[in-house]
Amino acid sequence: MEGWLTPAEWQAVALSLRVSALATALSLPLGIAVALALARGRFPGRGLLNGLVHLPLILPPVVTGYLLLLTFGRKGPVGALLDQWFGVVLAFRWTGAVLAAAVMAFPLMVRAIRLSVEAVDPRLEQAAATLGAPRIMVFATVTLPLILPGVLAGAVLGFAKAMGEFGATITFVSSIPGQTQTLPSAIYAFLQVPGGEPSALRLVAVSVAVALVALALSEWLGRALARRVAGA
Amino acid sequence: MTLQVDLTHRLPGFTLRAAFQAPPGVTAVFGASGAGKTTLVHAVAGLLRPDRGRITCDGTVLCDTAAGQWLPPHRRRIGYVFQEGRLFPHLTVRQNLLYGRWFAPRGANGPDLAQVVDLLGIGALLARRPGTLSGGEKQRVAIGRAMLACPRLLLLDEPLAALDAARKAEILPYLERLRDETGLPMLLVSHALSEVARLAGHLVVLDHGQMIAAGAVETLLSDPALAPHLGLRAAGAVIEGRLAQHDPDGLSRIDTAAGPLWLPQIAGQPGARVRLRVLAQDVMLALTRPTAISAQNILPARITALQPDGASGLLVQLDAGGAPLLAHVTNRAAAALALAPGLPVFAVIKAVAPAPEDLGR
Repeated sequence: MEGWLTPAEWQAVALSLRVSALATALSLPLGIAVALALARGRFPGRGLLNGLVHLPLILPPVVTGYLLLLTFGRKGPVGALLDQWFGVVLAFRWTGAVLAAAVMAFPLMVRAIRLSVEAVDPRLEQAAATLGAPRIMVFATVTLPLILPGVLAGAVLGFAKAMGEFGATITFVSSIPGQTQTLPSAIYAFLQVPGGEPSALRLVAVSVAVALVALALSEWLGRALARRVAGA
Repeated sequence: MTLQVDLTHRLPGFTLRAAFQAPPGVTAVFGASGAGKTTLVHAVAGLLRPDRGRITCDGTVLCDTAAGQWLPPHRRRIGYVFQEGRLFPHLTVRQNLLYGRWFAPRGANGPDLAQVVDLLGIGALLARRPGTLSGGEKQRVAIGRAMLACPRLLLLDEPLAALDAARKAEILPYLERLRDETGLPMLLVSHALSEVARLAGHLVVLDHGQMIAAGAVETLLSDPALAPHLGLRAAGAVIEGRLAQHDPDGLSRIDTAAGPLWLPQIAGQPGARVRLRVLAQDVMLALTRPTAISAQNILPARITALQPDGASGLLVQLDAGGAPLLAHVTNRAAAALALAPGLPVFAVIKAVAPAPEDLGR
């Protein structure tokens, strides 16, 4: 692919793949936990949590990006602490792009997983408990295997959303070639300069290919898992 | 094993109140749908916290609301066979069977896989997944799975209710083998008296959350006062006996305390134990020994109690040589024969009257 894409284009593709993969992997455990809490939990503040999770889905991405900048920027309340204690800076770094992608993809991921949690028959978990399984083992041996198709669907959706994230990313971390210029930012940048259109088109082709492969993969895995879970 | 239960729990529509002691063996919890049976066994299993009560099993406190004690279900070692099986769909039959083994205490002496597979006849199913099993097969696997977790008590919540008559007939002998060969104490929830009579030695009767009676199956099923709660058409005493011989004309003789009984050919070797439920509506009464009659069983007996059935009839409790019998007759018949306690009568039972499901061992 490197022969076909220019080094600058390849840089954007590689960055986007790395950012999206990391954003998906890091937010997946939290996504499962939040989906479980929303599907099963009965606690005060459940509605608030639900709203908070869904906020990035309904807010203009540029607003989410700006809020991230206010919170996680070097002078923001959380960003200042991260810088002071761990020396971690997010704003205008590729790590910030990971955070922006994760936040934007989170609602989609949680929704997919939550649906699969709601489809699990709690009576199977009761049966596991009567067979001597402590709660954590019930989760590991019954709940998790049964929601795996939903977790996978959530991960694929999240990854695809992260690959396409533009507004929040460009607001939070800007579009610095080689550092924070993800694939969509690069396409936008190429379209702004004369003669950049062939580069933009090549990146569009890569986007379409990645999306199609992700979709096919999730369909195939989802069907295989659903067969397993149905017990046939 | 002795299970002691004393609990109160409010449910929408009624309050469940039950206090009983289940001796070793099989104890049946009987009642119509919505009587509170499942709530009761859920509390024993730890799937439900009763509003108030105390449950102990062999001295181990499972739940004591007054003392604030609560043992979570996974630490109770109480096997539960659910009405709908509840097999894990993502695991094979073998994995389902061995699931509880991971968590059973080391050194717990329970049956091993080979024994359970043999007892329940599920050897051919081990590699399959639950989705491909029939209802009867699922239920047998569910029983095996519960047994292999080395429970000290097995709860069976209407294990046959979801099955058709043929599947029921398929599972019942396995439950009888389970009772006779493992000695595992069981609490059987049922709304079918034929199952209760075949399997249980002890009975707890629930009606709209209230415990109506608790005691030995033979005593309670022949109690005329209890018959309206059990259902008049289902009321009937249990007689125990031994298979004596198979006659060439297709009848089998069972020797009971009441005398010999002839029934259409039953499976089994002479000497085998037989438990038979004789429905009250299948018993006729005569003051003199009838002759020239097609009925094959005529047992001399004495009336011990009479009880109005709440409609146009009477339930008559009989003592036939020490064996209890129950007869359901109309008020008109009772008046014509002047039935009264102490009166010697003859109980007439057609050989073909008892249904196959009323015959156990």
